[in-house]
Amino acid sequence: MSTNWAYNDNVKSHFQNPKNVWKENEESFDADGKGEVGSPACGDMMLIMIKVKDNRISDFKWKTFGCASAIASTSALSEMVLKDGGMTLEEAYKITPEDIIKYLGGLPANKIHCSVLGDKALQAAIDDYFDKNKLANPFKQAVSEIICHCLNITEEDIRMEVLEGAVDFETLQQRTKISTVCGKCKDNAKNVQQKYIDKYYAETIYKPE
Amino acid sequence: MKNIYLDNNATTPILPEAIIAIEDMLTNYGNPSSMHEAGRIVKEKITAASENIASLFNGNADDFIFTSCATESNNTILKSVLFQKYNFTPNIIISNIEHPAILNTAKFLAKNGIDVTFLPVNSNGVIEPEDLKKALKDTTVLISIMTANNEIGTIQPIEEIGKIALEREIFFHTDAVQAAGMMNFDVSSLPISAASFSAHKMYAPKGIGLLYIKNLQKQKKHITPLLHGGHQGNGLRAGTENTIGIVAYGAAAEYMKKNLDTEISYLKNLRDSFENKVKSEIPDIKIHAESAPRKPNTSNISFKYIEGESILLGLDMDGIKVSTGSACSTGSLDPSHVITAIDTDVEAAHGSIRFSFGRTNDESDIKYTVEKLAKVVSNLREISPLSKK
Repeated sequence: MSTNWAYNDNVKSHFQNPKNVWKENEESFDADGKGEVGSPACGDMMLIMIKVKDNRISDFKWKTFGCASAIASTSALSEMVLKDGGMTLEEAYKITPEDIIKYLGGLPANKIHCSVLGDKALQAAIDDYFDKNKLANPFKQAVSEIICHCLNITEEDIRMEVLEGAVDFETLQQRTKISTVCGKCKDNAKNVQQKYIDKYYAETIYKPE
Repeated sequence: MKNIYLDNNATTPILPEAIIAIEDMLTNYGNPSSMHEAGRIVKEKITAASENIASLFNGNADDFIFTSCATESNNTILKSVLFQKYNFTPNIIISNIEHPAILNTAKFLAKNGIDVTFLPVNSNGVIEPEDLKKALKDTTVLISIMTANNEIGTIQPIEEIGKIALEREIFFHTDAVQAAGMMNFDVSSLPISAASFSAHKMYAPKGIGLLYIKNLQKQKKHITPLLHGGHQGNGLRAGTENTIGIVAYGAAAEYMKKNLDTEISYLKNLRDSFENKVKSEIPDIKIHAESAPRKPNTSNISFKYIEGESILLGLDMDGIKVSTGSACSTGSLDPSHVITAIDTDVEAAHGSIRFSFGRTNDESDIKYTVEKLAKVVSNLREISPLSKK
C-alpha cells in the first residue's frame, strides 16, 4: 500500500484500531455520565459514556457514527482522558478541539469539523454526571459574549461555525443569519470570525493575492 | 495487497489497444494542420480515429469536435446561450441530478441573467416526461439532461425527452459521458441536438473529450466557441489537437464497436452477481434506483447506521477502490445532491457507496469485495450508536 493515505499515520491507526470503543449496547455500560451530540442527518454522531471515581474519569467508552477522522478523534480523545489514571473532571472539561487535533498530529482543514463533536460529547457526559448526582456544575462556562444582539449570537456560536467550516462571512450569515437585522454588529462579527479563521485555518486556506 | 478497482464511473484503466496507439503516436510529432508529410501522417491518423469514434456512436465524423474533456463540451453548449442575441430572457432546463459540469455551469448562467429551471427527478432518479412538459416555457431555448447518471447509474428517457424538445424546436443536449462504452448510444436514431463524451470513461486517457452536434454545419450558428483561434474543430474549438489522446480514443472506440454487446452483458452479470451477494450477506442496506433502468456497471448502495467515508477508507485498506456520496468525502458539508434528490432520508446519502465495475473486473473480485465489505460494515456498525443490538 502506498504511504500517502488520506490522513496521517496516527489518524489511520486510531481508525483501524479504535481505542476504548464500546461494542455492546449502551445500557450494559453502567455510566455515571453520558453525553450524545450530533445527528445522523449531519453525518456525525457521538456517544460518550464515563465513569467517575474520586473526581477523576476512571473509564471512558464511546460509540461514533461518522467518517474516519470522527472515529479517530473520539478514539484519541479517550486515550487522552484515560492517560495516567484518568484526567480530573476539570481537566477533561477543558479539552478543546485544538487539543485533540494536536494529539492526532493534525487533520486536513475540511476535516476539522469532524473533531469538534468529541469535546462537546465529553462535556455533555460530565454535565450529565453532575446532573445525575444533583451536584453543582462548577465548569459550565458563563455565557460567551454576545456579538449579534438582535439574534442573540455569541462569540462561541461563531467559533463553532468556523470550526464547522464557515470560512467566509457569506456562509456564516447563511447559517446563523448574523447581522441581518440591524446590521450594526457586522464589522465586529467579521473580526471575530476572522480571528478564528486565522487561528484554525491560517496555513490551509488558499488566499489569492 | 490486492488491487480491485471498482471506480470505473470516475475513470477507467487504459485499454492495451489504446496504449499501443499512444506509443506509436509518441514519435509522430507532426501538427495535423501542416501540409508537409509529417503533418499529413498525423492528420491521417486522427481522421481514422474520428471515423472509428463516429462509427461507434453511429454518426457522421464531421459532426464531432474534439475538446479537452466533457466538462469543456458541456460548457461550450451551455455558455453558448449567453452569446445568442435574444430579445427575451432565455430559459434553459436541466435536471437536478446533473454532473457538476452541467449543474455549476447552469448556476453560472443563472448568475448572468439566464432563467434556469432545475427539474426534479422521481424517487427512482428518473425524469418524468410529463414534468418536463409542465416545466417548458415559451422562452425555453435549451434542454440539457444527462443520458446516464454517474452516481446511481439511472438512465433517462432520452428519446421521449428529445421528442418533446425537438417538436418545439428546442435545442436538446445530453451529457452522455456515462453512457459511452457501457450502453448503446446511437446519435443518428436518437432525437438529440448535441451530446458530450469523455475518452477516459471508456478506457482511453484523460484530457480528451468530444462534442457531437447533429448537422454541425447547419447548427453551428447556435454555438459560440469557448476558445477562439485556429480553424480546428470546424471553427468551434481552436487549438492544436491532442493527437495522442485522439488516436488512443480512436483505438478504444474501435475495440468497443466490435465488443460492446459482450461488454454490456459481462458488466451486467458482474453487477447483478454483486448485488445478489450483498443482499444475501449484509442486512440493512438499500440499493438506490434498483428498479429503474440503470447502466449495467453501476451499483449504489446505502449501508444503514454507518458513514460512507469510513466504509470507503476501510475498503481501501483491503485494496478495494470505491467512491461515496458522503459529505465527508466531498470537502463540503453536504452529501451527494443525487442521493438527496431521490431519497428523503439524508442519512442514506451519508452512508452511500458507489461500486462501478469495468471490463478488468471479474467474479473473483466480486467475491473478495463482498467478503471484505461485510467485515468493514459489521466493524463500523459495532461502534455506531445508531445500530440496534
